[in-house]
Amino acid sequence: MSVSAEALPAAKDFKSDAKPVWCPGCGDYSVLTSLTRAFAQLALRPENVAVVSGIGCSSRLPAYTNCYGFHGVHGRALAVATGLKVARPDLTVVAAGGDGDGYSIGGNHFLHACRRNVDLTYVVMDNHVYGMTKGQASPTTEPDWDNALAPGGTGVRPFNPLVIALASGANFVARAFSGDVVGTADIIAKAIASPGFSFVEVLSPCITFRPEQRGWKESVRPSPVATTDDPARAARRIMTDDGFNIGVLYHGNRKPYQPPIGQKRKTLSEIEQGFAL
Amino acid sequence: MSRASRGGGRKPPAAPEVGTVEDLLSRAHAMEVEAAERYDEFAAQMELHSNLEVAALFRKLAGIERKHADSLASDLRARGLPVSAAAPLGTRGKEGLETDSGESLHYLMTPYHALDIALQNERRAVAFFTALVEGAGPAELRELAKEFAREETEHVELLIQWLARTPKPAKDWAYDPDEPRMPE
Repeated sequence: MSVSAEALPAAKDFKSDAKPVWCPGCGDYSVLTSLTRAFAQLALRPENVAVVSGIGCSSRLPAYTNCYGFHGVHGRALAVATGLKVARPDLTVVAAGGDGDGYSIGGNHFLHACRRNVDLTYVVMDNHVYGMTKGQASPTTEPDWDNALAPGGTGVRPFNPLVIALASGANFVARAFSGDVVGTADIIAKAIASPGFSFVEVLSPCITFRPEQRGWKESVRPSPVATTDDPARAARRIMTDDGFNIGVLYHGNRKPYQPPIGQKRKTLSEIEQGFAL
Repeated sequence: MSRASRGGGRKPPAAPEVGTVEDLLSRAHAMEVEAAERYDEFAAQMELHSNLEVAALFRKLAGIERKHADSLASDLRARGLPVSAAAPLGTRGKEGLETDSGESLHYLMTPYHALDIALQNERRAVAFFTALVEGAGPAELRELAKEFAREETEHVELLIQWLARTPKPAKDWAYDPDEPRMPE
């Protein structure tokens, strides 16, 4: 869909003509709607936005937007997004994916993306399961989730992505719920507008392999406390909540990492001179 | 309550924030447009998963909402008002009253579930307009809200009748021995 030079795009102008193939009832539909609403809210234009993903159900998201997209290698969305943002700081860069892609296969990239604090936004649609491959336990799966592929549960302590993000240096840490389309759009818009690395964990139910997650809508609630810029306080709050407090939980003021671009590159002989004895 | 029927759990707004007739008309129009678009999205999801019966039903519901939207657009034009992009009627910070978030859907859902979603949507609208009638707004606004409440109540009654004619889903309607696998 083309967007005229004058009119600001509406949320639907950020959606492509490709129809999502997610299971009906999947929270990712709502996250797509929230993301496009956030873009419209920020008066962005599709040609100035890049959406980067890895592999998984939720990683199909770039194809469903009308922005530039990169559906990349499993777990490597943040590596690609970081390179893109550093090379093209004029673009709004959003990385998107799931809990398996982001916290397991891409776990190391997650830590270092937080640490580097490049000005991009990472939206993780967390459903506590590998949905694309039919329901294996993921890093955020509850240890006692009993299913055919992990009888009796894995017994393994789940990953706490918000605390990890905070400890690793993310400048903006939030939790959202896919069932609240408008609220999630607001949080994503704030994340994009915030300089530095912004991490938004969206609880996004997988109703096919985790039908009990339909109950999340009764469990989520707005965070009872205001956003803090004190990482220690934020960590304490996140570590002691039950995982259903929604809102911006930490917003710091670290300067984003952005190396200078456009500098003249050294020739090979100039580089060799540096090694001359 | 069945898995697919839990989507209508949103509470109706306690105090509608609509101040004028113009506001009410244009936001009601936006509400109907948003509802029609969402039903079309649901239909597309069902078509993709070959649940054609429910897809056809969602298309029908989209068509009904679109007719309501067209009618409201005519009212707006008759009053010399723009048919612009207003915020849909609803609680601040939420989607429109007649817009389901979609998390009640399932690829094996039945027409009964789809109608139940529609019923919850219409019930929210009735509750909203009734609260507006009983509120402290201008008389003309409350009069129009009364008309809307009556219309939405009719929709609720129609849906209840429709549901009564529709077979209830089997207990194991969501059972699938081989759940979908998404191709990368």
